[in-house]
Parts: sequence; C-alpha cells; structure tokens
Amino acid sequence: MTDTTHEPVHPDGNGNGNGHSDAGELYGLLAEYDTPGELVEAARKVRDAGYTEFDCYSPFPVHGIDEAMGIKRTILPVLVFCGGAAGTVGGVLLQWWCNAYNWPWNISGKPTWSQPANLPIAFETTILLAVFTSFFGMWILNKLPQVWHPFFRNDRFNQVTDDAFLLGIEARDRRFDAEATPRLLKDAGALRVDDVHYDPDPSTARMPKWITAFIVASTAFALIPFAIAAKARTSHSSEPHFHIFPDMDFQPKIKSDQALDLFDDGRANRGEIGGTVARGSLNADDVFYRGLDNGQWTTGYPKQLPLTDQLMKRGRNRFEIYCSPCHGYDGRGAGAIPQRVAAGGGAWQARNLVDASNPVAISMPNGQLFNTISNGYNTMMGYAAQIPYADRWAIVLYVRALQRSQNASLDDIPADHRSGMQMPEAPTK
Amino acid sequence: MSTADATAESHPEAAGKAREAFRAITRDVAWVAEAPKPHKAWVAVLGIALALFAVGIYSIYVLVTTGIGVWGNSNTVDWAWDITNFVWWIGIGHAGTLISAVLFLTRQTWRVSINRSAEAMTIFAVMCAGLFPLLHTGRPWFAWWMIPHPNDMQMWPQFRSPLMWDVFAVSTYATTSILFWFMGLVPDLATFRDRSAARGDTIRAIIYGALSLGWRGSARQWHRYERAYLILAGLATPLVFSVHSVVSFDFATSQLPGWHTTIFPPYFVAGAIFSGFAMVFTLLIPARHLFNLKHIIKDEHVEAACKIMLGTGMMVGLAYATEFFIAWYSGNLFEGFAFINRAFGPFWWAYFLMVGCNVIVPQAFWFKKVRRAPVIIFVLCILINVGMWFERFVIIATSLARTFLPAQWSYYSPTRYDIGLFVGTIGLFFTLFLLFFRYAPVIAISEVKGAMPEAHAGKKH
Repeated sequence: MTDTTHEPVHPDGNGNGNGHSDAGELYGLLAEYDTPGELVEAARKVRDAGYTEFDCYSPFPVHGIDEAMGIKRTILPVLVFCGGAAGTVGGVLLQWWCNAYNWPWNISGKPTWSQPANLPIAFETTILLAVFTSFFGMWILNKLPQVWHPFFRNDRFNQVTDDAFLLGIEARDRRFDAEATPRLLKDAGALRVDDVHYDPDPSTARMPKWITAFIVASTAFALIPFAIAAKARTSHSSEPHFHIFPDMDFQPKIKSDQALDLFDDGRANRGEIGGTVARGSLNADDVFYRGLDNGQWTTGYPKQLPLTDQLMKRGRNRFEIYCSPCHGYDGRGAGAIPQRVAAGGGAWQARNLVDASNPVAISMPNGQLFNTISNGYNTMMGYAAQIPYADRWAIVLYVRALQRSQNASLDDIPADHRSGMQMPEAPTK
Repeated sequence: MSTADATAESHPEAAGKAREAFRAITRDVAWVAEAPKPHKAWVAVLGIALALFAVGIYSIYVLVTTGIGVWGNSNTVDWAWDITNFVWWIGIGHAGTLISAVLFLTRQTWRVSINRSAEAMTIFAVMCAGLFPLLHTGRPWFAWWMIPHPNDMQMWPQFRSPLMWDVFAVSTYATTSILFWFMGLVPDLATFRDRSAARGDTIRAIIYGALSLGWRGSARQWHRYERAYLILAGLATPLVFSVHSVVSFDFATSQLPGWHTTIFPPYFVAGAIFSGFAMVFTLLIPARHLFNLKHIIKDEHVEAACKIMLGTGMMVGLAYATEFFIAWYSGNLFEGFAFINRAFGPFWWAYFLMVGCNVIVPQAFWFKKVRRAPVIIFVLCILINVGMWFERFVIIATSLARTFLPAQWSYYSPTRYDIGLFVGTIGLFFTLFLLFFRYAPVIAISEVKGAMPEAHAGKKH
C-alpha cells in the first residue's frame, strides 16, 4: 500500500499495493469503474472535457465505447481491400507469367491462357493477401507487439484481462491537471484513481543480459546455413554431393563392364553359353547375313531378295541417308562432310565408289561390298547397327547401279531414248 | 492528491456483481491450465494418443524409406486410403471455421463457448490432412517444388491442374486458420499471462507474455481488433466453401464415372460441415464433462449442433439420392453402371455403412430426448465420423476399382501401413488437442464475457 492511491485498497483479488508506481515521473492516472456501463459514461465525460490522450481498458470489447470515446473508424478495411486486390492481380499475373508467358505450357492443345482454370488460384491468393493484411495490419496499427507499458506497473491494470474496467489518462495530455483530472474521474464514478509513475531514463530500462545473449546467439546460429550455402556457391569441391535422400542415384544393380566376384571370370557381363543360339539369332544363311557363298564373296544376290524396281528405290533412299554424307549422292566421294573438311582448310576424301580408273569398289564382289557396309573398311566404320540386312543388300544393288550409270556411254542408252540427249563431258577423275 | 471522497461507499464487493460473473468465467477456464496436476483421464488418453502417433511415425518411416508400394494402392486403385483420409480430415476441419466465422457473421452467440476448441480442431485436422497428399507424392522432400519459384530446371507449377488448386487452397486455409485462431487467442493469453504473473509463475508469465504480444485490452486496440476479426470472419467464410469445393474438383474435373459430377462442390461442403460438427462434439462432450465446463458449453449449444448435424445429414442424403437420379436420368451407360456398382458391387458393405451412418443415424436428432442425452450424442457423433469416412472411401475406391475397361478392374484392401498411418494421424490429432486443452485457453474467455448479459451492466439505456 502506498500513499499514491486515492482510495482504500481494493479488497478484492491482489489489492496488496501499487507495486512500483511511486517511483519516477508521473505517466498518467488509472481510474477503475465497476461496470462496463459506468466505463462508457466516464469515457464520454473525459472526452467531453476535451481530453485526447486517454484510453479505456476492459476484458472484452465494451459495446458503445467507440462512440463514447470518439474513436475514429479504423482504416484497416481499406488496407485489406488493397491487400486483396493485390492478391487478385498478383495471382493472375503469377499464373499468366509462369504458364502462358515464360514457359507456355501446352496441355492437350488447349489455349495456354485460359482464365476459368486460373480462377481458383487467383481466388486463394486474394484471400491469402487480404488475410495477411488484416492480421498483420491490425497488429501494426495497434502498435503491438509491445513488450512493456508503464500502466503494467499498476496492480489493478493486471486485472483488466479478468474483470477490471479501467480508464487511463496520460499526463502528457495538454488538459491534464494534477487536481482537476482525478476529480473528473472521481465524479464519473471511479472506484479508485491511481497515479502511475515510470522512469523515462532509458538507461534504467535495460534488457536482461541473458535475453541479449540469447538473441545474439540465435541470430548467429541462424546465419550458419546461409554461410554454408554461400560458401558452396562460390567454391569448388571434389567431394561428391551429400545425399540426404539418395533416391535412385545409387541403385542396387550391376552394370555390364563392372567386376563381380560372383563368377569365376570376375566379370559382371555374362556371354552367351557355349553351344547355344539366342532365339532369332541363328543367321544360318551365309549369303544373306554375311555375303559369303561357300567361303567366297558372293557375286550374286540372296535368293530371298528379288531384284525389283522397289528394291532399287529402297537402296537409293538408304544410300542417300547413310552413305551420301561422305560418298556424295553420285558416289564420287565428295559428300557434305569432305566438302566441310575442305572448307575448314583440311583435306579428307571418301572413297570414290564409281571411279573406273581406280576400280577398288567396282571390282569388289557383291558379298565384299555387303561386308564393307556391315563391318567397315579402312577408316569407314561398320553400319551393321544402323542398317538392317535387307537394306544393306538394297544399297549394294544401288551402288552397282551408280557404278554403271556414272561410267555409261551413249551406247548404253536404248535407241528410242537417245534423241535429244547429250552426253556430258566424261569425268576425269 | 486529495480526491478521496464521494465514491468511497461504492465498494466493489457491493456493486461488483457483474465483475464477479466475469471473474467466474476466467477462473473456470483458467483452472484447466492452472491445475497443478492434469486429470488422470487426460494423462491416460494422452498416453494412448502418443502410442497411436508412434504407430503413425513408424508407418511413415517405412513408407518413406521403402516407397508407396507398402500401401495397398495399385495401378487401378491409385487413390485409396491416403486421399480418403485427406478429404476426411479436411472436412472435419471445416466445422471449426464454420463455427468461428460463419456463425460469427450470422450473430449466433452460442458459438463463443465452442469456437476456440473448434478452431484448434481445424488446425490439427488440417495438419493431419496435409500429411496424406504430401506422403502420397512418394518423395515428400520435393514438396517445395509445388511452390512457384525460379529454379535451374526452368519449371513452373501447372496452375490449371486441380491438384495445384488444392495446394493453394489448403495452404491458404491452413494459414488463415492459424492466424485467425492465434488472433482470437491473444486476449485470453494475456489473461493467462496476468494470472501467471499474479501467482508468481515467472516462466509461464514470460511464455504467455510473449505470445500475447503485450495486449492491454485498450478500447482503441479492441476497436481495430474487432474490425480485423470481422474481416477475417468475412474472408474465412468464402474460403472454407472454396477449399472443399476445390477438394471436390480433384474428382469432379476428371472423366471418371462416379467422380465427374457437378453436384460435388455443394455436396462435399455439406458433408464437411456434417463431419466437422460430429468431430467437435466427439471431443467436447467428454471434455466439458472432465473439466467442469458444462455451465459454459451448455446443453443448448450441444442441442443446436445436433440440429445442424440433422440438417447437413439430410443434405448429404439428398446428394446421394440426386447422384442416383442423375445416373438414371442422364441415360449414360457408364454413369448408370458406376452407381449400381457402388450400391451392389464389391464394396456394397461400405456403401450401406455410409448410408446407414450418414442418413439414417442423424434422424435420431429429430427427438429432443436424444438431443439432450450427451452419451447418445457422443455415440451418434462417432458413427457419423465413421459414415463420413466411408463416404469418401466409397467415392474414391469404388469408382476407381470399376473404370471403363473391365480388364483394369480390381479390388482394394489396405495394408498395415495404410492403417498405421491413419491411426497415427488420429494419435497426432488427439495429442495436439490434449496439449492444447491443457496449456491454452480452451474457451474464448473474452468472447464469452462479451456475450454475457453482464457485459451490458450499468448501461443507462
């Protein structure tokens, strides 16, 4: 109990004095009223007397007190509207930018920008930003969180969250008067009026050291992940990634070239078992599969391929895809690649397949030509992996046709086709 | 100063009747948290809940380290218990928002006794719900890929997918629910702060003090607070309807007979409210008994909730009937088959459990005697929860098990990990709810006070 209370101590609850309220400067007065109704009436009188720096404190929002105190309507709804509008615009723009502009996303050929499908998310972002604005806006406008307030020094003030109805007037109000203000509060029916003092000197309001230490330590601790990330981004490391979730990066499987102790030969790769042939891999027909006829290169064609116009056209088509890049469309060895090598200052010539003066290709039997396509020749690689057997034979047929046509004379042309034709100058290569 | 005078005789004990009533509310609510030892039943139930939660943790461990294959999901029934549980939990959460927001906007003052625990229930239910789609992705550590962010893969989320709508709807809903709940808690946490300080319990005073943000109960603060509360209620109301509509779009926008129906959004929302109310009272009927809160959560409040369950139960029944009617009226062969299969196919037992629990059971609420008998209500609420779980199961599993091609047809049975995870979320839910009941203001103290007749004491008009 101190001498600053204007009334006998409240017998209810913890009415054991006013704690520290006698130290320091006068911050303001706290008057207690018995009922919400009396608080409203007191607030009206205080406002009518011209006070502005006052506030009422109650365990719940008292009906009618806004009007009695003359509280202006808060601007919060306007802010929330702006927040919500930003949410709508932001939500629409986000979806448009991601799915229609930055990476137009084709889903079943539908338009990349189809608003009805974008409505739900725009709606949710609207609500989300409006909620954020109303929640955080309310606390900011209320100047909360606020760790401390001078009124908390008053014992009765701690009952506000229970059953007390208080009216506080701050001493800085220009109408504040040490005599008249308490009288006004009394006349309005106050049960008691307390002075509340505080020490305005900030040096006395120090934060406890352990709180400071905690804040510094936790801030430093929180920076560690960022520091590690920053270091990782700016430096090189020969260590493999640290896999928190290895997913399928390391699978329990054996690759073909790996060593494996399970087998005697220490190889993971298992060859064919001796004396067996895989299904569909017998390839017993020497002519068709290898171009051999009784151990010699065959000079004919496999019997299962009738020499038709269709086979010739197929051969031309395959030749132009697989062979012409080096050998050229006419087989003279001046394809796109040798030309490009020449353009780059190098010299590299593919075999001239049709050269009668150096008839390497012309003198090869069909079977050897087939084998060359399959397995390669000098620096040419084999095309067995790319070209099926029948297509290789079709190419052989077409190469024969090229060799003949590129070395043809007028006599080779049937008489009824000769009229109007002129032989070009014979190639000199 | 010398103002001691006239008001000396207005002694608080003589005049303080209204304040006595306010004090009683504070005391009765704070008692739950301030009791030095928790109730034996509380400890026992918490033990059970933690054991169930441990089962869930183990199931998640096996699931994450092995893969989705440990579940009963198959190529045919690729959504099963996981999505059933997701929709069930989300639906339960919706009653909390309905009670806190929709009933606030419609000025149903009886809500103040139950809104806090219903909001807490919402948050815990959404937490349980969120686990299922997260784990169903198979690689939950990549869940952040669903947040649109610039990345080396040059990939953006597909915003026209209902599953992406789900991500936005559910995360907005969870955020809003948490903020709304916390905002409502602040004045009551301030009450706890002041009571802890008065009792000399410094640790609690610091914790509650930090959480209550220095709340002073000032009229200027209350003014903005009430505005913000009204706005949040106004925002949460369309939100809650949108969330379950979006959840229903996951099904309704597909081409599957039994899913592809326009009735889904309203039907899902009604079902959500229905199941949510059932869950609120599954929790509150024992709680108000254990913690002597019957004079705050009154019989009238329970009765009002029974009427809501009766109403929403009949809406759900109407939806079941409408689905059958449309299946016949549309003349669509596949649609017709889907619904005949639903009632008489391999999952017929689930269908009849659903109809029995959701349509027939709530009919008991027509009788006032039932609406006033807490034990019966408790049992009926549990049955409704079972029925609503089966509703989602029936929609998901029966539709997927019998799609267009008979070659794809199959049956679904859960594995122990399906069951373990579901049981685990029930454990998580009850663990969180029990902790909340012990350490936070379980009743919105300031709102109850504001809704009492004493709140108008001393007014001249």
